[in-house]
Amino acid sequence: MKYVIWKAYWDYEKEERWLNEMSAQGMSFTDYSWCRYVFTDAPNGQYNYRIELLEYMPKHPESMAYLRFLEENGVEVVATYLRWVYLRKPASEGAFDLYTDLDSKIKHYQRINFFWTAMMIAEFAAAVSNLGIGIANLFLNERLGNFSSGNLIIGSVTLALGILFLALDLPIRQKIKKLRQEKAIHE
Amino acid sequence: MPESNERGALTEAVFYILLALYTPMHGYRIMQTVRELSHERVNLGAGTLYGAINTLLEKSWIRPIAGEADSRKKEYEITALGKSIVDSELLRLQELVETGKRIAGGRML
Repeated sequence: MKYVIWKAYWDYEKEERWLNEMSAQGMSFTDYSWCRYVFTDAPNGQYNYRIELLEYMPKHPESMAYLRFLEENGVEVVATYLRWVYLRKPASEGAFDLYTDLDSKIKHYQRINFFWTAMMIAEFAAAVSNLGIGIANLFLNERLGNFSSGNLIIGSVTLALGILFLALDLPIRQKIKKLRQEKAIHE
Repeated sequence: MPESNERGALTEAVFYILLALYTPMHGYRIMQTVRELSHERVNLGAGTLYGAINTLLEKSWIRPIAGEADSRKKEYEITALGKSIVDSELLRLQELVETGKRIAGGRML
């Protein structure tokens, strides 16, 4: 049986936990496209899932080489979305962790940190220019044209998104900081 | 003998990967071997291993072996430079153990 579940996740670690919980209940995740998760029946807990942010798009030669390496090591690429990849490995083959030392964990979190920071900057830049133009035009009694409400709406939406991305990024930064402290005393 | 200016400690992962590659093998075998060598203590994640292999290749501490045509999996082995790195790491570790035992570990001897 195939099941489709529509769901939006911002936090990839929560998403990962959810996929593993579903797998534990006998629903193994098999495909993803924007907010759409496909599951099929499987023995309870057949697979462990991990989500990773790649350095490059999945079709980039560097990423292809990495994904091929993973597949040689018993890791299956379930789906890709932008630079995100959904991976799984049969639970029978033992624990499934991609990054097992501090350095590589920090590197992965840093990639995610840059990702959210870039998104945040883009949204805040759009918010500032839209709100700025919209409000300036209001002060001029919309002499420049009747477009302020449009700018204000776009400005508020992008501002909200910027705040959301900031909220997503803060815990990641916290984790990087903690791992760095850890690294100062052992590997 | 190449001059070692890599005076820092090796990470556990790197140390065990180098040891594993005294016998040529591919990625999956490296993970298994490291687990065995470390009595199940060191489990290498695939992402961590991939990064380490690339770094070690860049430093020429290991090299890829031209595989047989039918094998898609790449095999690696340690180089002479890699072995000299392991040797100097062993010296460093030995010094640590000796000093540690002398000062703190009297009863463990």
